[in-house]
Amino acid sequence: MPFELTEQTLAEIDRLIPRYPQKRSALMMILHAIQKEKGYLSLESQEWVAEKLELTPIQVREVVTFYPFYREHPIGKRLIRVCRTLSCALNGSYQICDHFKKEFDVELNAVSSDGRVTIEFAECLASCGTAPVAMVDDDLFENLDESKVKALCAEIRAATPATPVEREALAMEEPKQKN
Amino acid sequence: MISTPKRTAVHPLERRIILKHADDPTYDASIACYERHGGYAELRKAIGELTPEAICQEVMDSQVRGRGGAGFPAGMKWKFLDRKSGKPIYLICNADESEPGTFKDRQIIHKDPHQLIEGMMISAFAVQARQAFIYIREEMPHGAQILESAIEEARARGFVGENILGSGYSCDLVVHRGAAAYICGEETGLIESLEGKRAYPRIKPPYFPAALGLYMCPTVVNNVETLCNVKHIVAMGGKAYAEIGRPGNTGTRIWCLSGMVRNPGYYELENGRHTYGDLIHKMGGGLLEGRYLQAVIPGGSSAKVWRAGERFTGKLKNGEAFDWGIEDVPLDFDGPMAAGSMSGSGAVIVIDNTVDIVEVLANINAFYAHESCGQCTPCREGSLWMKKITTRMANGGARKEDADLLASIGDQIAGRTICAHGEACAWPTQSFVAKFRDKFEAKAEADPEALRTRAFRMV
Amino acid sequence: MSQENKDQQIRIYVDGEAVSVAAGANVIDAVASVGKEIPHYCYHPKLSVPGNCRMCLIEMGTPGRDRATGEPILNEDGSPQIMWVPKPVIACATKVSPDMHVRTESEVIQSCREGVMEFLLVNHPLDCPICDQAGECRLQEFATDYGRGYSRFVEGKNVKPKRTRLGPRVMLDDERCILCSRCIRFCEEIAEDPVLGFIDRGSYSTLTTFPGKELANNYSLNTVDICPVGALTSTDFRFRMRVWFLKETPSIDAESSVGCNTLVGSREGVIYRITPRRNDAVNDTWMPDSGRVLYKAVDADNRLVSPSIEGRPVSAEAALAEAARVLLGGKVAIVGSGRSSVEEQFLLRKIRDVLGADVPTWLVGRPAEGDGKLLSADRNPNVRGALLTGLVGHYPEPVLESLAGAIASGEVDTILTVGEELTEAGLEASLLGKVRMIFMGTHHGPSSQNAVVEVPLPTVFEKAGTFVNQQFRVQRFAAAVPGPDGILPGLKALADLLAQLSGEAVESHIEAIWEEMAGAVPEFEGLRFGAIPETGQLVDGGRFAGLPFVEGPGLHFEPMNAIKEAR
Repeated sequence: MPFELTEQTLAEIDRLIPRYPQKRSALMMILHAIQKEKGYLSLESQEWVAEKLELTPIQVREVVTFYPFYREHPIGKRLIRVCRTLSCALNGSYQICDHFKKEFDVELNAVSSDGRVTIEFAECLASCGTAPVAMVDDDLFENLDESKVKALCAEIRAATPATPVEREALAMEEPKQKN
Repeated sequence: MISTPKRTAVHPLERRIILKHADDPTYDASIACYERHGGYAELRKAIGELTPEAICQEVMDSQVRGRGGAGFPAGMKWKFLDRKSGKPIYLICNADESEPGTFKDRQIIHKDPHQLIEGMMISAFAVQARQAFIYIREEMPHGAQILESAIEEARARGFVGENILGSGYSCDLVVHRGAAAYICGEETGLIESLEGKRAYPRIKPPYFPAALGLYMCPTVVNNVETLCNVKHIVAMGGKAYAEIGRPGNTGTRIWCLSGMVRNPGYYELENGRHTYGDLIHKMGGGLLEGRYLQAVIPGGSSAKVWRAGERFTGKLKNGEAFDWGIEDVPLDFDGPMAAGSMSGSGAVIVIDNTVDIVEVLANINAFYAHESCGQCTPCREGSLWMKKITTRMANGGARKEDADLLASIGDQIAGRTICAHGEACAWPTQSFVAKFRDKFEAKAEADPEALRTRAFRMV
Repeated sequence: MSQENKDQQIRIYVDGEAVSVAAGANVIDAVASVGKEIPHYCYHPKLSVPGNCRMCLIEMGTPGRDRATGEPILNEDGSPQIMWVPKPVIACATKVSPDMHVRTESEVIQSCREGVMEFLLVNHPLDCPICDQAGECRLQEFATDYGRGYSRFVEGKNVKPKRTRLGPRVMLDDERCILCSRCIRFCEEIAEDPVLGFIDRGSYSTLTTFPGKELANNYSLNTVDICPVGALTSTDFRFRMRVWFLKETPSIDAESSVGCNTLVGSREGVIYRITPRRNDAVNDTWMPDSGRVLYKAVDADNRLVSPSIEGRPVSAEAALAEAARVLLGGKVAIVGSGRSSVEEQFLLRKIRDVLGADVPTWLVGRPAEGDGKLLSADRNPNVRGALLTGLVGHYPEPVLESLAGAIASGEVDTILTVGEELTEAGLEASLLGKVRMIFMGTHHGPSSQNAVVEVPLPTVFEKAGTFVNQQFRVQRFAAAVPGPDGILPGLKALADLLAQLSGEAVESHIEAIWEEMAGAVPEFEGLRFGAIPETGQLVDGGRFAGLPFVEGPGLHFEPMNAIKEAR
């Protein structure tokens, strides 16, 4: 199946490129746009971008794999990122992460069996004054504790239909350095 | 839905200039609100009444130092700009705010985006840039959206884009989103990233941004807070601005207090008028019940740590002798420097007695190893090696000789790398081992089983 | 630095000693020019400077000047005060300046090198016993010279892919890679085929191609040459021979008129590899992959190894005597080769002159597409030699139509071919059946099948000689291996044939032939074989300016026509 993007994403990409004096500069923003639509950046998508920007595919993949917020594999419907850096860690973020994992019975960087979430550690989310914090997709949740995590997870479950995933399919080969 | 970070009450010791309106519950991010509060008056003044040279002179006179971490005088940075090359000049706002402990730019971007845009457009006019960028970290996706819409508002009102305020001067402003790489806070790494590449910092010489920056053109990269200050410098005049704070430490700074204190948060303070003690105890409410201070990291996690009870003695630049405990160190640029560390990004992290200091370092080392771009040898290999050692130590595998080994690895990194990430990753290890050697050595004697099964973890 | 540009010298101080170095050079090259090595990995003189390995750190200082007056600041003894940069700097990105001081051996620098070496080794596998790079590995060499000598690393090493096929000719061991990026820069800057890159980050950074894409360009093996460690290896060479057993003989890549300078690595008469030899006026430090496999011709199945008459093996003397007899009795045509050496072409011209100055003589042209780099549009290495020696006066055609006509009409009934397979020059085997063929060459082919006399010749790897490249640069090559038994060495076969024909003794020694050529060829006046510099000797090609040379622009080459048009 050929790689295809929605009209909306294509329009977004065509809007992004002329914003820069050199079109290679649009690379990161285009990757964000595609990841927003597809959920991840497949090799096909990277080749598509390479052609669009007159780069070689490896020049795109070098960038995709350098930045932790790009991913090359599908994840759960919601992405939970728990900050693991100092101020959050001092305030119990590792334990917060454990609560999230327990709620969805899933290991770090994997997809929960109900397909709802992937939980990752992230480095400093720049909200150290309200530590510990986590992001669920684009939203920041501050001053977390066990009960807030429970409530948040209940909210996620209520808002996100389950789509059971085969256990085997969860074993992802993620080349990126993971926390 | 776009969320706004919690609004906090202004502490009586604060002197709010940059965050003047940020926590006013009636204030919002719209251009209407901003203009209602006198916004864009300075841009009108700059473009209508001042020459670019005059603005540069005001910034020089203000002695304002960069708020991103290095504290380099912004006026000098602008002065170094190669204006004779005939190549286009670029202005970039570094909104990558990534030094652990720092969350001040987030407040500005979310709560008062037009202040940044105004500061940027004045700065762009001053350096005669025709294209400006805001490089914002992807950990603030809402911040990026807020800026995008604020720019559109400003463009519609003639503050951004073609023929600004009918002056004939044009400068576009584009928001560029990163993707979670600390190294993009380093200005040449940021430039590479903005060029669509891995954020590998460039060697300097020859690639000083002032001459060979974005697309090998002269480029100024300034922090969010620094650019906001430009607006106020134009408002009050450089010399008047320099009256705020202390000589060489002018203006206010937004300090970010985090870690193990009662009231963590951001506090905008006149430079040099308050101390770390004021920040931790008066503003931060002190430590939690029954705990006492173990350590303070005075300027972001890469700054050298202070151990509770340390004393710092010596002479200041003006010849004045000082004898300080941690609580006495002035909150400015030169104070922490005199005390052997730095104010860095203004992020103060408080560590109390209940945590294992080796584990604290292990957590920091994990960060710097994860964030090393991998380009140059000492940082790439050294940061991961230090992480592996401290993780092993935290998990019950410490050896007596690890303290010396860690110190030696740090010594082999600092001062020998392409960019300051070398120092950023070496300084914590060097300073933690130097100041807490007893705790690092005691680790070898600790019960490995107890460490392996500990309830509270930071690695 | 090109060699021509070394006239401007400046004084710098290296570890306290005043030396004269080329202005504008970087400190690595400048210090090397006075015989001192600054160890480095990522720096390569022909690539951009990334400064990532940090092995070349030095201390650097310049004479201080008063900021206000600009006057030099002096010590008490009147000597200039040196302002040392507080941190070590990388020599590769530091240009020399007058009276600059550098320290390459101080305690600080020793500690820097020790540190970098240790860091490079912490995640490096101990593969040396099975690694092809062993013996020419910068990691081994500098670890010995500057390393700590013992390991302080007790953690687990990073695990990376050990056997990645990057392309048809290059294999990658990622654990050995020190991430110097030379190969990536080469592919981007020289081969202009950016297929290599790093994925992931930090110490986990991994060299690779995009899945499904290959490093397959005709310059891919240069990445193996410049890899300072054993990460990139040649599929052809790996595991075949320890490098310290190899004898390296300077040679010339015979695949086109570029004439890349090469080294032929052999042991006990067997060639194992060909690598480029630096010549800043010709090929820098590069060569095409295609030129590296030419040595396989030495042991090819169809190699011509014994002289014969009518297919019967005979002695070389007998074969040459028979050849002379046939040639003297026939209506002869001569086909020479642009692949022959200048000396061979000169001897063949003399043979032609004995047979009659009017004996028609051809050269087989080999036009093809050039790659704009180091493979030119003329796949003969030495057409210009044939022109200079007077073997031919016209520019060669790939198809010898007029010869075919001469055979068909009976004007020619005898052909002496030296180094050419005539069926490849457009002559039908059936047509060749009509002539008596004296075949002197390196390999059997259709036209040697019915030859009256066959005389084997040495390949370029088995003889010393010269080629004249597209720049009219006379370049020397030496014999790397002796060649199969039964082949007369060097120029002896042609010299002996000339002697048989002329009835006079002919010296086959190369210097003797050069002595004669220097008199006979005006462009060679004053030249001797042994005196040709290693980087070659340019001669005047003006006599041939009107000929339709096919080469287009390439590395260090602009065709004369193009230059004229540009003017």
